[in-house]
Amino acid sequence: MTTEARLGSVANFVDERTGGAAWMKKNLQKVFPDHWSFLLGEVALYSFVILLLSGTFLTFWFDPSQREVIYEGSYEPLEGIKMSAAYASALHISFEVRGGLLMRQIHHWAALIFMAAIVAHMMRVFFTGAFRKPREGNWIIGIGLLTLGIVEGFLGYSLPDDLLSGTGVRIAEAIIQALPVVGSYLAYFAFGGAFPGEAFIPRIYVVHVLLLPGAFLALITAHLMLVWYQKHTQFPGPGRTEKNVVGYPLMPTYMAKAGGFFFIVFGVTAFLGAVASINPIWLYGPYTPGQISAGSQPDWYMGWLDGLVRMAPPIETHAFGHTISWNILVPGLIIPGILFTGMALYPFIESWITGDKREHHLLDRPRNAPNRTALGAMSLTFVLVTLINGGNDIIATHFDLSINQIMWGTRIGVFVLPPLAFVVTKRLCLSLQRADRELVLHGRETGTLIRLPHGEFVEVHEPISPEKAYFLTSHEQAPALELPEVDGRGVKRAHVLRNKLRARMSVANAEAVPKITANDLKEIEHH
Amino acid sequence: MSNEIEAIKDPGLPAHVHRKTDTDPAAANRAERQVAILFGVSALGTVLLIASYFIPDDIFIFIPIMGNQNAHQLGLGLGMAISLFFIGLGAIHWAKTLMPDTEVVAQRHEFRSPDSDRKEFVEAVKSGAAASGLGRRSLIKRSLGAALGLSALSPLLLLRDLGPLPGKELEKTTWKSGTYLVTDPGNRRIKASDLEVGAVAQVLPEIADPEHRKLSDIAKDAVLLIRLRPQEFNLEADRLAMTHDGIIAFSKICSHMGCAVALYEQQTKHLLCPCHQSTFDVSRAAKVIFGPSARPLPQLDITIDQEGYLVARQPFSEPVGPSFWERNSQ
Repeated sequence: MTTEARLGSVANFVDERTGGAAWMKKNLQKVFPDHWSFLLGEVALYSFVILLLSGTFLTFWFDPSQREVIYEGSYEPLEGIKMSAAYASALHISFEVRGGLLMRQIHHWAALIFMAAIVAHMMRVFFTGAFRKPREGNWIIGIGLLTLGIVEGFLGYSLPDDLLSGTGVRIAEAIIQALPVVGSYLAYFAFGGAFPGEAFIPRIYVVHVLLLPGAFLALITAHLMLVWYQKHTQFPGPGRTEKNVVGYPLMPTYMAKAGGFFFIVFGVTAFLGAVASINPIWLYGPYTPGQISAGSQPDWYMGWLDGLVRMAPPIETHAFGHTISWNILVPGLIIPGILFTGMALYPFIESWITGDKREHHLLDRPRNAPNRTALGAMSLTFVLVTLINGGNDIIATHFDLSINQIMWGTRIGVFVLPPLAFVVTKRLCLSLQRADRELVLHGRETGTLIRLPHGEFVEVHEPISPEKAYFLTSHEQAPALELPEVDGRGVKRAHVLRNKLRARMSVANAEAVPKITANDLKEIEHH
Repeated sequence: MSNEIEAIKDPGLPAHVHRKTDTDPAAANRAERQVAILFGVSALGTVLLIASYFIPDDIFIFIPIMGNQNAHQLGLGLGMAISLFFIGLGAIHWAKTLMPDTEVVAQRHEFRSPDSDRKEFVEAVKSGAAASGLGRRSLIKRSLGAALGLSALSPLLLLRDLGPLPGKELEKTTWKSGTYLVTDPGNRRIKASDLEVGAVAQVLPEIADPEHRKLSDIAKDAVLLIRLRPQEFNLEADRLAMTHDGIIAFSKICSHMGCAVALYEQQTKHLLCPCHQSTFDVSRAAKVIFGPSARPLPQLDITIDQEGYLVARQPFSEPVGPSFWERNSQ
C-alpha cells in the first residue's frame, strides 16, 4: 500500500465512525492572522506544556512530606542536618538524579516565562482593545489564568521547604491569620494546627500537581476554543475589515510556524535551565521558623504584592478585645482584590463609557485609544513602583542606598507616579496622532533639501502610499456620548451623578486629533 | 461641494510579492538544504545529550561569566537545548521559505443568532419551565432550594478535620516562669557573662526532649538576646526591670508577619526584619521606628538563677508573632 492509501484508510476508519472529515476540512484551512504580538499567548501556552512535562519528571523523585529526616546525601555542607523529607528529596533531585537539576531549573524558568508571557499577552490584548465584544468572556478567563498562575507559582516554590520558601509560607499564613473573625480558624485548618505543622507541604503538593493544573487545563481549553470559534482579531490595514480575517491557513503554514515555535520556546527554556542557576535551594538550608536569610525575595510576579505590604503604614485597630491588621489586609488582600476585579470588569466599564455595543475584530493601535493606553500605563506604573519596593533591600545593597529612602520614595511614588504616567501617556498618544495626521497630509520627509530661487531651503516631502494612508486613517473616531441632564420633555433624568460621571469620562475618552479624510486631501490638492 | 465626510479609501489587499524560492528552483533547493542542515544540528544536539549522560557528575569546567559549571548537567542541558531549538528553527525556516505565503481571506459571521432562532429558544425555555411546573408548584421549588442548600453543608462538615480549633494556642508559648534560656543551636544554658556587650544570640526555652523540638514551637518561642551597656537603655522602669545587667530579650518572631527578625545593627541598636523592613529600636523596648509593623516585639522578662544562668521570670505578657482577630492587647 502506498502512504497515501494507508492514510486514506485511517481517515476513512475515523470518518465512518465520527463524521470528522467535514469538520476537519473546514478547520484545516482556518485562517490565522500573522503578527509578532500574537506569539505572546503562544509562549504562555508552550511554557505551560513545558511545565507539565518537567513537573511530571520532578514528581518521580520529590517526596512531599514534612517528616523530619537527617540528610545523608552527596552535598557535604548539609551532611547530618535535620530537615524535612521534602527538602531532602529536592536536594536529591538536584545532586543525584541525572538531569534532575536541569529539570528543576527548566521547571522554574518555565514558570517565570509562563507568568511573563501571560502578562505580556495581557498587555497586548489590553492595549489593542482585543478584549472588546465579543471577547469579554475570554478576557475574564485570562484574568482567571493570571490569578491561578500567581497562586500556582507561589505553591511551587514553596514545595522544596527551604529557608527562603518557608519564609514565604510564613507570610502567607500571616495573611490568612489576619482575616477578621475566621482568620485563626482558617490558618489552623490550612496548616492542620499551629504553623508550620506537618500537613502543609503534602496538601499544597496535591493542589500544585493536581487541582490547579486541572483548573488550568480546563480554562486553557475554554480560552483556546473561544479563540478558535470567535476567530482571531487582526490589525487594521488595507483589505482587512471587521467582516473578514486575513492570514495564513492552519495547514501547513501556521501549523509549521506554531509547531516550530514550540520547539524554540522549549529550546530557549532548556538553555536557561542549562546555564542560568535559579533558586539554588542548597544554599538556603532547611526551613526553621527561627532563622531567615537576608534579602528574602519572592519570584517577580509576587514581588509587587510584597512591595505593597512593605510600604503599608503601620496601622492596626484594637477594639472590643479584637485586632484588625490593616497593614496586612489592605496591601495583601483589599488592593489586589480591587485591582483584579477592576481588570476583569474593564471591558464592560469601557463599553459603558463609550456606549459602544458592537462587535470588534479589528484591533486598535494604542495611540488611537489614548485614554485606554494611558490607563494601562498608569496600572503598569503602579505595579512597577510596588515591584521596586519589593526589591528595596536588594536595590539598597547594590546601589548603596538607604532602604528608608527607597521606601519613602515608593510610598510617595505610588500615589504620584501613576497619575503622572496617565497624563504623559495620553499626551504622547495625542502627539503620535498628530504626527500621523501630518504624515498623511504632507507626506513623508525624503531628506532631500532644495534651495529655492530666493535662497530658502526646503525639504522635499513625498506622498505616502495609499495603503499607508489608509492604515493611518482607517480607525474610528467616535464622538462623546450625549447625556443631557434633562430628557426631551424637560424632566430631569434619574441617576444624575452617575450620568455626569459617565458623560465626563466619555468626553475624556473621545479626545482625539481629528484624522485626515479624503476631503482634506482633495482640498490640499487644490492649493 | 457636499459636506459629506469621506474617509480615505481602502485600496484592498496588497498584491502578493513572490519570494525568491517561489520563482527560482535553485533558491528553493538551497532553502531545502538549509532546513536539512538545521535539523541536522538538532540531531548533533541529541548526540551531545547522550554523550553528556555518561560524563561523571564530579567534573567541573570553568566558563567565563558563569564560573565553574558541572560538565554533566551543562552538557545535558545544552544538548537538550540545541536539539529542541534547531527543530523549531528548521520548521520555521521551512514554513517561511517553502510553504505558501499567500495571505488568504476568510469571512466572519455575526455571532448573534437569527431573530427566529432566538424567539424559538425563548419559547423552548418557557415551555420547558412551564411543563416542569416550577413556577406554579412553589412547594417543590422551596423544598428543593432548602435541600440543595443543606446538602452544601456536608463538604464543610467533612472538612472539619483539616485541623484542630486554635483555641488559645496562638497566645501561648513554651516560656514559663523559671524556664532556662538555652542556645540555638547547641541547647546549652547561658550565663550572663557568656554575652559580651554588643553581642546577639538566638535562644529557645529549655525543654525535656530537645531532640524532638517541634518547629511549630520554635515559631512562637524563638527569642533574641541582645546585650547593651545598661546606660544605653531608654526604658520605662517596669521594662528596665525585665532586663538583666544590660541583657534584653525580645521575641524573634516579627509582630508584623512572623518572619524571624534577625538583622541587628550594633551601631544604631536597630533590629530589622528582612521580610518587610520593619525596624525596631532595641534601646527603646523594640519600639517600631520604621516599616509596616504596628507593634513592638514582645519583651521577655529575664533574670538569673543562683548559679548565674539566665532564666525567664515570667512568660510573655502578650501573644507573640503576627496579629489575629482574637488578639486582645495593644
